[in-house]
Amino acid sequence: MQALYAQLLVGLINGSFYALLSLGLAVIFGMLNIINFAHGAVYMMGAFCAYFLLNVMGIGYWPALIIAPIAVGIFGMILERTMLQWLAGLDHLYGLLLTFGMALIIQGIFQNYFGSSGLPYAIPDELRGGMNLGFMFLPIYRGWVVVFSLIVCIATWYLIEKTRLGANLRAATENPTLVRAFGINVPRMITLTYGLGVGLAALAGVLSAPINQVRPLMGADLIIVVFAVVVIGGMGSIMGSIITGFALGVIEGLTKYFYPEASNTVVFVLMVLVLLVKPTGLTGRATT
Amino acid sequence: MADSKMADAAATPVLTVQDLEAWYGESHILHGINFNVNTGEVVTLLGRNGAGKTTTLKSVMGIIGKRTGSIRFGDQDITRTSSDKIARMGVAFCPEERGIFASLDVRENLLLPPVVCPGGLSLDQIFDLFPNLKERLDSQGTKLSGGEQQMLAIARILRTGARFLMLDEPTEGLAPVIIQQIGHTIARLKKEGFTILLVEQNFRFAATVADRYYIVEHGKVIDGFANSDLQANMDKLHTYLGV
Repeated sequence: MQALYAQLLVGLINGSFYALLSLGLAVIFGMLNIINFAHGAVYMMGAFCAYFLLNVMGIGYWPALIIAPIAVGIFGMILERTMLQWLAGLDHLYGLLLTFGMALIIQGIFQNYFGSSGLPYAIPDELRGGMNLGFMFLPIYRGWVVVFSLIVCIATWYLIEKTRLGANLRAATENPTLVRAFGINVPRMITLTYGLGVGLAALAGVLSAPINQVRPLMGADLIIVVFAVVVIGGMGSIMGSIITGFALGVIEGLTKYFYPEASNTVVFVLMVLVLLVKPTGLTGRATT
Repeated sequence: MADSKMADAAATPVLTVQDLEAWYGESHILHGINFNVNTGEVVTLLGRNGAGKTTTLKSVMGIIGKRTGSIRFGDQDITRTSSDKIARMGVAFCPEERGIFASLDVRENLLLPPVVCPGGLSLDQIFDLFPNLKERLDSQGTKLSGGEQQMLAIARILRTGARFLMLDEPTEGLAPVIIQQIGHTIARLKKEGFTILLVEQNFRFAATVADRYYIVEHGKVIDGFANSDLQANMDKLHTYLGV
């Protein structure tokens, strides 16, 4: 039983990263119509940013949790202003190629300087140790990652679905031309949206640093699964990507316990099944 | 031409369009549009489907990619201005397809366009004009009836304080009783000093609200006359519109 709970926790942790990453992908896709293949690379940059902050500037985990997403988000906004914005109106393929190329370049640069092995990042003192829940031992840092990710996901959902700013965003997703003709600076909104999506990925990177170590390819490994999550959840649905992210993490965890051989493929098998039954994804709306 | 015939020395032009040409991608839609709209007027562009009326409104709004000629709003040249800046100068556009957002509820749709100038209608004044909307505030925007969607599309631009409104076929596909209500609304807005540029196929409706008409054909303004001359121009109008 202990092992089952442990795998369930691993599943929830992975689910947290899936949710944060697929949420960002969904937000970016909705607004920019771009499938952001650079998402894994910016996730990795978030982790490296935390690593540099600590080892070069002596800035610890808590400030890094805020600084890294902002710094990487600004990097993302520069990419959007200088490159991605020119892809507006073109086929999805161009955005895919450009962002995939950017991911390769970013990862290549980091690999060149840091190799492929992991750099350690210590768990902050406040979150060391664990709790005995009776049925299992819960490392505090892991519990924190799950709870904090959930809070960030719900806050992002609230921002987009329930606020005035979110209404502008949803409207611009549907009809950017008209929203702009109402006097809203849509190009700036697009830049900020890309920054938000990238910032969420970087935040996931910081959260993951103490668990998975900091590696140039940490994002490349993860992002393939995240894309499967997004396809299952349905591109463009905020709540869909959050729920699917956590759910697939848990399903993956359970598979590791019940049938470990399939744990690496279960997400993709589910993707195929979902696509067969509902090509727009579980919560996706058909786009025109 | 049409302009000089109707020149009114006392009137101040809100909008002056000269030699406007516009393209949708490769297709050349407008071939030299000339007209003006004076403060407080309701001016109607009449013409057949595909004549270029909607493209004219979209060009003024800055949402047609390629346009040449001159568009002046007040004393500013807006030919090359981006649509968000044009909107911020006090131009509001109500598109033919109404543009109600499906992912927004009625309240969010209503509050979406930002206030660009002081002096827009308050929500109470809007609900006074369109009582139906108040009942439906929490409904999804596209769940409204066609008439209610049209009211919502007009209502949301009245909040912004823009004094120059462009309405593209506001009566299209609506029941007579709703058309009447929209006619009353336009008359009331005119009384309150709004300037309105209207595109209509339905000139019987236009006749109830318009001060002047321009006829658009093949991307050009080919004629224009005041409402007082409508009867005298009826035969010509029938030929132009093919009705």
